[in-house]
Amino acid sequence: MKTGLRVFLGAFVALGFSWLGFVLGPVLQLGTQGQTTVLNSSQIYPNQRPGAATLGLQVYRANGCAACHTTQIRQDGVVCDVALTSAGSNPSAVNELVASLTLTNLTKPEADLVSGKISAAGGKTETQIVPIGADISRPGWGLRHSVAEDFLWDNPVQLGNVRVGPDLSNVGLRYGETWELAHLYAPASESKTSTMPPFRYLFTLQKIGATPSPDALQLPAGFAPAAGYEVVPTEDAKNLAAYLLSLRADVALHDAPFSTASAPAGGAQKK
Amino acid sequence: MNEIEKKYSAIDASCRVPLLVLFGVASVWLIVGLVLAIIASLTFHKPELFGNCPFLTYGRVQPAANDAIVYGFAIPAALGVILWIFARLSESELLLPLLPIVAANIWLLGVLIGVVAILIGDSTGFTWLEFPRAGSILLFAAFLLIAISAVATFGARQERVLQPPHWFLLAALFWFPWIYSTANLFLVAWPVRGVAQAVINWWYSNNLIFVWLALVGLGVAFYLLPKIAQRPLQSRYFALFGFWTFILFAPWLGIPQSAPVPAWLAAASTVASLLMVIPLIAIAIVFVSAVRGVNVQCKGGPYCYARIATIFFLLSAVMLLVTGEPGVGNILGMTWYMPAQTYLQIFGFFAIAIFGAAYDALPGVMSFELPFPGFVRWQNRIFLLGLLLLVLPLAIGGIGQGLKMQNPAISWHEITQGMLIYLRFSSAGLLVLLLGSVLFALNIFVMTAKWQLQLAKSLAASFAGSFEAEEVKS
Repeated sequence: MKTGLRVFLGAFVALGFSWLGFVLGPVLQLGTQGQTTVLNSSQIYPNQRPGAATLGLQVYRANGCAACHTTQIRQDGVVCDVALTSAGSNPSAVNELVASLTLTNLTKPEADLVSGKISAAGGKTETQIVPIGADISRPGWGLRHSVAEDFLWDNPVQLGNVRVGPDLSNVGLRYGETWELAHLYAPASESKTSTMPPFRYLFTLQKIGATPSPDALQLPAGFAPAAGYEVVPTEDAKNLAAYLLSLRADVALHDAPFSTASAPAGGAQKK
Repeated sequence: MNEIEKKYSAIDASCRVPLLVLFGVASVWLIVGLVLAIIASLTFHKPELFGNCPFLTYGRVQPAANDAIVYGFAIPAALGVILWIFARLSESELLLPLLPIVAANIWLLGVLIGVVAILIGDSTGFTWLEFPRAGSILLFAAFLLIAISAVATFGARQERVLQPPHWFLLAALFWFPWIYSTANLFLVAWPVRGVAQAVINWWYSNNLIFVWLALVGLGVAFYLLPKIAQRPLQSRYFALFGFWTFILFAPWLGIPQSAPVPAWLAAASTVASLLMVIPLIAIAIVFVSAVRGVNVQCKGGPYCYARIATIFFLLSAVMLLVTGEPGVGNILGMTWYMPAQTYLQIFGFFAIAIFGAAYDALPGVMSFELPFPGFVRWQNRIFLLGLLLLVLPLAIGGIGQGLKMQNPAISWHEITQGMLIYLRFSSAGLLVLLLGSVLFALNIFVMTAKWQLQLAKSLAASFAGSFEAEEVKS
């Protein structure tokens, strides 16, 4: 090579390809994404987060929560469970048949075969879709894998890259506001050996006035302030808690289906 | 001193001030970055330490440390080395030397604004792109100014045929403005919607940390190895092939297997990680043929640095590529294994290559020996120890963490507790790396002070001289 121009052109083409693929492609495909409907329902998903939660996302960003927490639930796939909804006119024969069959952890054709046999005997069945995978099986972590729609209204999108702490995709399903605030103020009060740093600077320690503040935290001994003082969350803390409570991917979608009734139980059966 | 040596000493001298400024900026931010990283890792020893101090909470200090190290140290140091290599390969004095001097100061200001902004909670929230607009604009402008000086010097070359380091370093000069402007425009200035943000962020991170650092580090290594061994790079065609295939495939890495994005994106990364085996083999062949049969007593000097850096590059690339395989990626993704790979890439490969070049360049550039020549060998050993303590525990801990995450019967609490011991080792690793970096900074700053003293003396002498001349006249 005798000119730098060739290197520039080569680099232009090489980087340009990946730019088309990983910048322009997603912008065209995902950047125009709109709301979708919940599976088997006309309900729109996702809704805009509540106002306090939208502000709370900015507190989440400013304090770098995503340095330790991901919001990505993984899934290995789905299995089908067959549930007997009605034993029909000849319950003993149907129950006997059901007892001889495997009803859980099936592929779709297997499930169809099983339901065919049961309905031939006069019973009625329902096939349920059960997501599987280590993340799904972890109690409270998720009912299904995370999908692009879950983050439609967020800016910036905070997926996180390392799980220093637990995944927060569904933290809103696990705890309530009281728990979140106490945990932000003193993580050790909720879990003794927690490695999460406390965010005391999001709270105000103040003298109890004429009437105690209705927002004051109820803290266990050892974490509670001195007598005559109370710990009150700032607006930032309340907004952050509102954001955390809004983290809940609990509806089934076309690209992430699951059957509501049996999903948690079915998930726990696997592994 | 013969003619050739005279010529090179004039070329080296033309790089003096730009290099001192850029290396000065780099060594300060390296120390600041490592101190911030150590502060961040204190959280794993005593989580409640900074509970009342928003500026030092882990989520702010950790990204501030990363950015101080990459934007504060890695890029300015790389630019300094690029200027010097281009001047020497062109057999021309550095052109427009004022640009890099001005730009280094703008760069310093940009990094300062960015790091302070992260600490006060003004981060953009995007990995490796946390600096807010004011900082990024300064960095972008400063990079272009330095690139102008580098390209002008490149254009003035005597020998028209390009050398292997030219390819890598020119591509790097082109790469950064493109990825940095794309990421800032699409994520910060006019943010795109939804998870497209995350995809662009991963594309940027990979192109900065894996591709850009690799282009510079390999360019530097492929300059130093033949220069010190005093024989041209043996397998030029493998180098060319390795270069083209590398820039074609490497930018497609970096989308995690688990990401909540359309599956074709992660699949493209998987294919790219398979194809990346081709450039890696080519680069390994170039490296082996460059060092084989060479009679260099490296004694912990620049040649050792270049050799170790290339080996670490191959290691870090393999560490990254295995995560492209979906099965492995699902276990190791989102664990501490990933930061371990990043640390190996930055400190093991890139920093060591850059230190090697700096130690090779400085005596000639300053026209006096290093004030502490013994530090070169010591820094080498200290860095190896630091890397051992930093990368190995995190990688092993990360693999363990990933395997445990596969088993829901192991509670999350148990997983984080099991990781603590590895994290505490890694704090020690950071501390050791800090010590090594202080040795580098000492050499740079004592050299700068010595040079300023010389300058003051010669100014005083010339002033006295002209004064005497006046007296004689009257």
